[in-house]
Amino acid sequence: MSSRRSRSRQSGGSAAITDEQIIDLISKLQSLLPEIRDRRVDRVSASRVLQETCNHIRSLHREVDDLSERLSQLLSTSDTAQAAIIRSLLM
Amino acid sequence: MPNIRTIKTTQKAKTTTFSSYSSSFSMQPMHLSAETPTSLKTMFALRFLRAYSKINRYKSPSRLSSSSSSSSSSSSIVIRRCKRIKLAAYASMARAVGPKRAWSRALLHKVLHRTRLHRSVTRPKVSGAGSGVAGGAINRTDKLRRLVPGGKRMDFCNLLGETANYIQCLTAQVHVMQGIADSLPPQAWF
Repeated sequence: MSSRRSRSRQSGGSAAITDEQIIDLISKLQSLLPEIRDRRVDRVSASRVLQETCNHIRSLHREVDDLSERLSQLLSTSDTAQAAIIRSLLM
Repeated sequence: MPNIRTIKTTQKAKTTTFSSYSSSFSMQPMHLSAETPTSLKTMFALRFLRAYSKINRYKSPSRLSSSSSSSSSSSSIVIRRCKRIKLAAYASMARAVGPKRAWSRALLHKVLHRTRLHRSVTRPKVSGAGSGVAGGAINRTDKLRRLVPGGKRMDFCNLLGETANYIQCLTAQVHVMQGIADSLPPQAWF
């Protein structure tokens, strides 16, 4: 827990953030978003990138929800042999 | 009454899908997205599969006798399991990433203390509420802070970096979960 505190202090120390850094980070984010990945970086506003980021994270959360449900249903129909197979996978 | 022979054969089929799946882990990890390191995917998969098999072991013995009658109780079991699987998935990813990321520390803390993970997902969405011209970016930053674990305490620069990493890891998580779900046999016996 103490490491966390020192870490946050470190990041607080580097307060001088240049515009370049932010542009870099925004374009990095843009490259991860399938909706606007292929557009030219200077054609997409930062606020658009932020909005698409939110949408994308939401849709990923929804996918995790759906997959959890699917995996839960798969468990309910299978039997202990399946657990054995999963375990053997882990060995 | 499902006959035992069909179950046995499906199990055989299951074994082959599983082994092909495990080989795809080591040989060519399925559809790797952009820059997700393979090791992270594997680490997550191992942790998650372990948790998943544990959840499987804790199932109720009532299923042995039930074929159609106990549909209501089994659906509540499915819902409870769904929550546990979801928690296990997020916790596995946070542990696979380790404490070097602020989001994974915050996420692990949330999971351990049973805080609700994503309020915006469970709450009915009011979309486009704050999409005015002025203040739009600030509004969106706030929304992003709510979506990324631990985002409320990050400065803007940190938030962007953590968000990028979080998206990569979530994508990997979805891919692996998808792979597991696809490799398990469909529920067709009962």
